[in-house]
Amino acid sequence: MPEIKVTPLGAGQDVGRSCILVSIGGKNIMLDCGMHMGYNDDRRFPDFSYITQNGRLTEFLDCVIISHFHLDHCGALPYMSEMVGYDGPIYMTHPTKAICPILLEDFRKITVDKKGETNFFTSQMIKDCMKKVVPLNLHQTVQVDDELEIKAYYAGHVLGAAMVQIKVGSESVVYTGDYNMTPDRHLGAAWIDKCRPDILISESTYATTIRDSKRCRERDFLKKVHETVERGGKVLIPVFALGRAQELCILLETFWERMNLKAPIYFSTGLTEKANHYYKLFITWTNQKIRKTFVQRNMFEFKHIKAFDRSYADNPGPMVVFATPGMLHAGQSLQIFKKWAGNEKNMVIMPGYCVQGTVGHKLLSGQKKLEMEGRTTLEVKLQVEYMSFSAHADAKGIMQLIRMAEPRNVMLVHGEAKKMEFLKDKIEQEFTGISCFMPANGETTTIPTNPSVPVDISLNLLKREAAFGGPLPDPKKPRTMHGTLIMKDSSLRLVSPEQALKELDLNEHQLRFTCRVQLQDPYSDTDTLSRVYNHLKSVLKGYTVQHLPDGTVMVESIVLKVSSSAEDPNTKVVLLSWSYQDEDLGSFLSSLLRKGLPP
Amino acid sequence: SSYKYKFRLEKVPAKKLRLTKPSKSAALHVDLCKASSPTDALQYLLQFARKPVEADSVEGVVRILLEHYYKETDSSVRLKIASLLGLLSKTQGFTPDCIVDDVINTLNSERSHQVLAQLLDTLLVIGTQVPESLNMRHRLIDVACKHLTDTYFGVRNKCLQLFGCLGSVDKPLPRESEGGGTGMAAKDVQSIISDYFGDQDPRVRTAAIKAMLQLHERGMKLQQIIYNQACKLLSDDYEQVRSAAVQMVWVLSQLYPESIVPIPSSNEKIRLVDDSFGKICHMVSDGSWVVRVQAAKLLGSMQQVSPHFLEQTLDKKLMSDLRRKRTAHERAKELYSSGEFSSGRKWADDAPKEKVDTTAVNLIDSGACGAFVHGLEDEMYEVRIAAVEALCALAQSSPSFAEKCLDFLVDMFNDEIEEVRLQSIHVLRQISTHITLREDQLDTVLAVLEDSSRDIREALHELLCYTNVSTKECIQLALLELLKNLTKYPTDRNSVWKCLKFLGSRHPTLVLPIVPELLSTHPYFDTPEPDMDDPAYIAVLVLVFNAAKSCPTMTALFSDHTFRHYAYLRDSLSHLVPPLRLPGRKLTSAPEASGLASSVESAQNFLKESLTRVCSVQQLDAPGAQSLLEFTIRDLQRLGELQTELAGTADFCATYLHCQLLLMKALQDKLWSVAVPLYLKQNAMVSGAAAQVLEETYKLEFLYSGLESRQIASIHHVRLQAKALQLVLLARTRRGVEPLLSACEKFLHEVDAFQRLFVTELPHFQDSFVDKLLDIMPRLAGSKPADLVKILQTTLRHSCFPQLKLPEQIRRATAAIIEPTGESDNPLRFTSGLVVALDVDATLEHVQDPQTTVKVQVLYPDGQSHVIQPKPADFRKPGPGRHRLITQVYLSHSAWTEPCQIDVKLLLAYSSSTSRSLGPRSAWNESTEGPTPLESTIEGTIPLSKPVKVFIMPKPARR
Repeated sequence: MPEIKVTPLGAGQDVGRSCILVSIGGKNIMLDCGMHMGYNDDRRFPDFSYITQNGRLTEFLDCVIISHFHLDHCGALPYMSEMVGYDGPIYMTHPTKAICPILLEDFRKITVDKKGETNFFTSQMIKDCMKKVVPLNLHQTVQVDDELEIKAYYAGHVLGAAMVQIKVGSESVVYTGDYNMTPDRHLGAAWIDKCRPDILISESTYATTIRDSKRCRERDFLKKVHETVERGGKVLIPVFALGRAQELCILLETFWERMNLKAPIYFSTGLTEKANHYYKLFITWTNQKIRKTFVQRNMFEFKHIKAFDRSYADNPGPMVVFATPGMLHAGQSLQIFKKWAGNEKNMVIMPGYCVQGTVGHKLLSGQKKLEMEGRTTLEVKLQVEYMSFSAHADAKGIMQLIRMAEPRNVMLVHGEAKKMEFLKDKIEQEFTGISCFMPANGETTTIPTNPSVPVDISLNLLKREAAFGGPLPDPKKPRTMHGTLIMKDSSLRLVSPEQALKELDLNEHQLRFTCRVQLQDPYSDTDTLSRVYNHLKSVLKGYTVQHLPDGTVMVESIVLKVSSSAEDPNTKVVLLSWSYQDEDLGSFLSSLLRKGLPP
Repeated sequence: SSYKYKFRLEKVPAKKLRLTKPSKSAALHVDLCKASSPTDALQYLLQFARKPVEADSVEGVVRILLEHYYKETDSSVRLKIASLLGLLSKTQGFTPDCIVDDVINTLNSERSHQVLAQLLDTLLVIGTQVPESLNMRHRLIDVACKHLTDTYFGVRNKCLQLFGCLGSVDKPLPRESEGGGTGMAAKDVQSIISDYFGDQDPRVRTAAIKAMLQLHERGMKLQQIIYNQACKLLSDDYEQVRSAAVQMVWVLSQLYPESIVPIPSSNEKIRLVDDSFGKICHMVSDGSWVVRVQAAKLLGSMQQVSPHFLEQTLDKKLMSDLRRKRTAHERAKELYSSGEFSSGRKWADDAPKEKVDTTAVNLIDSGACGAFVHGLEDEMYEVRIAAVEALCALAQSSPSFAEKCLDFLVDMFNDEIEEVRLQSIHVLRQISTHITLREDQLDTVLAVLEDSSRDIREALHELLCYTNVSTKECIQLALLELLKNLTKYPTDRNSVWKCLKFLGSRHPTLVLPIVPELLSTHPYFDTPEPDMDDPAYIAVLVLVFNAAKSCPTMTALFSDHTFRHYAYLRDSLSHLVPPLRLPGRKLTSAPEASGLASSVESAQNFLKESLTRVCSVQQLDAPGAQSLLEFTIRDLQRLGELQTELAGTADFCATYLHCQLLLMKALQDKLWSVAVPLYLKQNAMVSGAAAQVLEETYKLEFLYSGLESRQIASIHHVRLQAKALQLVLLARTRRGVEPLLSACEKFLHEVDAFQRLFVTELPHFQDSFVDKLLDIMPRLAGSKPADLVKILQTTLRHSCFPQLKLPEQIRRATAAIIEPTGESDNPLRFTSGLVVALDVDATLEHVQDPQTTVKVQVLYPDGQSHVIQPKPADFRKPGPGRHRLITQVYLSHSAWTEPCQIDVKLLLAYSSSTSRSLGPRSAWNESTEGPTPLESTIEGTIPLSKPVKVFIMPKPARR
C-alpha cells in the first residue's frame, strides 16, 4: 500500500522552528527550516540528526521548501545547508529570497556580535546558502525532478508568504506555512484551488480563536492615534521590523492622507529601509488596492513617514514614531519610551503580545512604576494601549481553507497541543470523512494513499469498446472492457489481445472447452440433432444457429454434435465444444441442454 | 458577428449598394470556383464577409454558399460558410425560413464536430429571427434533441442553447414531434435540459443552467424538482458552473419562496426561500470572487427571507482561547447602555469572559451565519460594494435588520477604497429613516468629516441631514465636529450650514437644553456680541433658528443681538433660516405651515384660471388683449416667486405668453400696409421682436424639463410664427430675389418638418397659424416668393393662438455658482500668456444630461469670450434632479495694466437636432438617413446662471 509519511522536526504541537519532513512517492522533502525563539542552546534548531547521524543531508533530501521569511521558518537554513551540509535545491518565492538574507544577517549579528556566541553560521555561509535557492512564482508548477513537482499558492501573512503543493504522480501534500484568510491593508487573503490533496498540513496558531472584524480594530487604532496627536501628544508604536510594521505604516499613511493631517510620522530605521525597498518592488504580491493604484503612486513610497533620528525624540509637538524592537526590552524603542513615559499626553501602543519579563509585558499588565537598570524607577504616566494585529488564520479561517482545498486528511502543526485538540475534534466532527492528525516533534504520521495508476489505452481498443455501449461514457457508471494489460519499462498500457500478441511476439493459443451432455431422447441421431437445432433456434433469438450438412449444429462458434450412447440407444450424448471467448454462451448452452429437450 | 452590419450602415451609402447588387452573387460564385486551395477559398469568404449583402440577393448568395459547402472537403472552409449562413440570415428584410431545410440537411451529412456546432449556431440565429413560427421551432428542437448526445462539448452546448432560446414555453413538446425519431422529444424541455446538469464537461453544465435560465426569462415556469440539482451544482469544481448555479437557485427561490424543503440529515423542514438564502450566503465565501460578487448581489433581492435567517448574516460568535468573547460592537453597545461611554481604551477590556462549551461551537457555519460579515471583509472591493448594496436593499425592507446592520455599515466608513466608503455613506442615508444613531456610532460617523475627499464629506453632510440622534450630547458632538470641519475646509460652508438646518429642525427638543451654551448667553451677565461674519457663528445660529421654528419657547432664551442677527440672516440666507414667530413682532406672512398645502392648491387654480382667461383672447387684435396678456404675465411671474413648487410651470407660462405678446405687438402695428422705406424704425422694432421670440422659444424648449410632446409642438409653433415674421420682414427689406427664394424654401421645409414631427398633435392646432398654412400647403409649394410672403402675412395676422395645455409639472433648469463668490478684492495674479486655474463650484437643478450640455463661459473685458467644456467626471449627482459641478477653469490672457474683472457664467448648450421631440437616436441610425435632415441643425447656448465677477491680473512676464 503506498503511503505518505510526515514527521515534524519542529512545530509539532509547538510554535517555533518549523521543520517538517515529508516522504511521498519515494521522495523526501523538508518543509521550512526554522529556529526557535525560546531557546538559546541546541534546541534552537531542528534536530537534523533525525535524518542522518553523520554525513551530509543531500542524499536524503530531494528538496527543501521555505514558506516565508520569518525566522521561525527559515532561521536554521544556513546552519542546515552549510554546517550540516545540504547541496540540493532550496525553493522559496522571490520576495522571500530577497528579504530572508536580511533577516538572517540580523539574526546572526545579534547572536554573534551582541551575545558573543561562537560556532554560529557566518555571513559567508548565508551567502552560500542563498546561492542554492531556486525562486518560485505563484501558481507556477516547478518540476523538481521527473516525478516531483511543486506549486506555490498565495498565503497572505507576510510579503511573499506561500503555501506549497507537493505532488508525486497523483499523490499530493499541501503545506500552508503561515497564512491569513482575511485581507489586510497591504496583503490579500490566502487562496487555494480545489486541489484535493491527500494531506493538508496547516498551521493552527489561532486554533481556538474566532476574531472580530479587522475594521473595528483598525478604527480603534486610528482613533487612538488621531486623538493623541490632536491633543499634541506623542505616540510610540514599538514594532518588529517586518511584516506588521508595513501594515501599520500603510494604515497610518493612508489615514494621514485622508484626514489631511500634518503631524510627522517617523520610522526608526535599521533593516526596515532595505525591506521597504523590497516591498516597493514586489507589488504583485500585495493586495488589490495597492496593486491597482501603484501606477499613480506606489503605496510603499511613504509621503508622511520619514526616517527617525535620535534627536527628534526631544522635538516639541505631536509626532508618531515606529521603533524597534517590539517588546520594549532594549534598543531605540525603550530609549524613546523612557523619554516620553512621564507625560500623560503621550501614548504607547503595543501592537502584539509581549514575552514575560520585558518592559512591554509589565506595561500591559498595568504596572505604573518600572524598575530600570541602575536602580532607577520610571513612573509611567503615558497611556498604554494594546492593539492586536495578527496575520494568522483564526479557527474559522482554517476551516475555510480546508473547505477550499478539500483534503482527505489534515495535519495540524505550528500551534499549542491543547488548542489543536479542540480544532482536531471540530474538523473531524464538521467534515465527514476527513481524519485529522497532530503529531508531536519526531513523531511520524503515516497516511495510506490510494493513488490512481494511469494506464495508456490504445485508441483502437477504446473506439471498439465505445462502439458497443451507449454513445457517451457516463462518468458515474464504471464499464468493463476486454483488453490486455502490458506492463513494460514502468509504463502501463491497455491494448487489444491481438495487438498484445503481436507486440510480445507470441502465438495465439486456442483454448476450447468440451463437454458432454446426456439426453434421454428416443429418436435417431439425426432427428435428435434437428430437435436440438429447433430447440436452440427457438430459445436463442438473435444468435446465428446453423444446421450444417456434416451433422453438426453451430451456435456462433460453438459446435454441437450428437451421438448415441453405446449402452442405450435412447441415451444420446451431445458433444459441446466452445472457445474460451464464448465461455458465457457455452456454459449457458450446456446447462440448457441438461434440462432436456421439450417433447 | 454584428461587425458586418455596422460596417454597412456606417460606410456604404444605399445607392451604391443597389448598383453592385446584380453582380454580388455571381462574383462570389466566380471567386469560389477560382479558389485553388482551401486557404484561398477561406480568403475569398473572409473578404466577402466584409461586404454587405442586399436583402433580396441573400437567397442567391446562400444557394451558392451551400453548393460550395457540399463540395468542400476542408472543414475550416465549411465552418466559415456555416457562420456566413448565420450572418446572412440576420440580414434585415430577409426571411430565413427558406434556408432552414438546407441547413438541417447539411447537419445530417456533416462529420466535423466544430462545423456541426457552427451549423447549430446558424440554426439558432434563424430560429431567433423567426420566433413566431411554431412549426419551425419544433423542427429545430428535434434537431437539437438528435445532436444532444454528440461527443463534442460545443455541439451539446449549442443544442442546449437552442433548447433555451426556442424550447416551447407553454406546454411540453407535442407528441407528433416524436416522428422526429429520438423519442426524447416526448419529454419536456426542462427535464431534457436538466439531464445535462450532470454532464462531464463543465462548459456543458454551464450551458445547461444558462439554457434553463433562458427559459425562465422567456416566461416558462421552472419546475421545483430541479432545485436539488441546482443546489448540488453550487459545489461544482468550476466557477462558471457555480456562478450560473447561484443564479438558478435564486430564480427558484423567487418562484417558490413558500414551499417547504427538508433539511438533509434532520427531520426538520424549512421554507425554500430560507434554504436557498442560506445556500447563497454560503457562496459569499466561495473561492472565486466572481461567484462571491454574484452571491452578494443576489442576496439583496431576497426580501422574503425570514427575519431569523436575515439576522444570522451579521452574526459571528467570537472566541479567544476557547472563551466566549464579545465583539467590539457588543462592547460598545454595552458601554453605552451602562451609561459610561468610554472609548474602551483599557488594556484587556476585551478580555475573554466565560468558557465556551466546545461542543456547541460550530466553526463551519451552516447557512446564513456571518455571510455579510465575510462579504464586508472581502479582499475584492467589488464584493464589498455588492455586499453593502445588498445590505441596503435588505435593510430597507426590514427596520430591525437596518438597526442591526448599522454597526457594520459604520465600520465600512473606514474602508481603504473611497468608492466603498462613499457607497456605504449613501446606503446609510437611504436607510436612515429606520434608525437612530447611538452616541458612539455617531462619533465614528463624524470622524469621517475630516476626510480630505470632498465627495465623502458632502455625502456625510447629506447623511447627517437625514439622521436621527438620541441625546443632546449627540447634537453637541455633531455641531462640534461640523464646526471643526468648517475651519478645516472652509469651502464646505454651504453644505455644513444646510446640514445644521436639518439637524436643528429634526431635533428641536434636543437643541433646546443646550441653547444657552450654544449662544453663550448668561443669565446675569451680558456676553460680548459674536462676530456676525463668522461662518461658525452663522452655523450655530442656523441650528438654533431651525430648532426654534417648532419650539416656540426657545426664543425666550435669545439675547437682543440674537434677534438682530436673526433679522439679518433671515434676509441674507433665507433658504437656511426659517420664519420664526418672534415675540413682539408680526410675522410677515400670516398663514405658514398649516396653510401650505392649500396655498399650493389655490395657486394652481389661479394659474389655471389665468390661462383660460388668456385663451379667451381668440383674435390678436381684440381690444384689451394686450393688456390682459401683460397683466397675466406679471401675475404669473409673481406667482412663481411666491410658490416655489410652481415656479417652473409659472415661469414657463409667462415666457410663453410673453412670446405671444411680442408677436401680437409686432403684428398689430398698423404700419404693415405702409411703404417700407418710411418705416425703418418700426421694421427694426419688429425684427427685434421676432429675434427675441426665437430666442425665447429655444429657452422654452431646452431650459424646461417635464414637457410633453404637445407643449413642444406649441413652442415649435411659436417659433414657426416668428420665422414667418422674419421672412415677411426679409421680403420687405431686401430687393434681391435669390436670398428670398432660398429663405422661402427653407421655411416650407420647416413647415413640413413640423407636420412630420407633430402629426399626433395637429388636431390641437385647429385654426392656428400652422393649421391654416397646412391647408393651403400644396398651393404654397408652387407659388412665388412674393405670393407666399403675402399669404404668410395675412395668415399671421388672422390666426388665433393655440391654447396652452400644461403638463403635471414643469421644472426650470437653474444653476448657481457658489464658488467663486465674486466678493474677493484680491486679484488673481498670474503671468500673462500662462494659465491660471480657477476653481468653479456650482449647483445645477433639473438639468438633464449636464455632462454634455453644461459649459462654462469666461468673458474677458476686451470682449473675448471662451467656452469651456468641463470634464464629465466633474459632475456629481448628490440627489435626484440635482447636480454639482466642481471643476477648474483655465484662464489665460495677455497682460493688462490694471486688475480687471472677468465674467464667469454657466451656459446650457442646445442643438435642435437633439430636440427631445425627435426621441433618442442610436449612433448609426443618424447616418443611415440618406439626405441631410430637412430641418437644419441649429446650435446655440442659453445662459444658465448669473455671471460671477472674478478679479484677475495678468502680469507681463519678467524677462
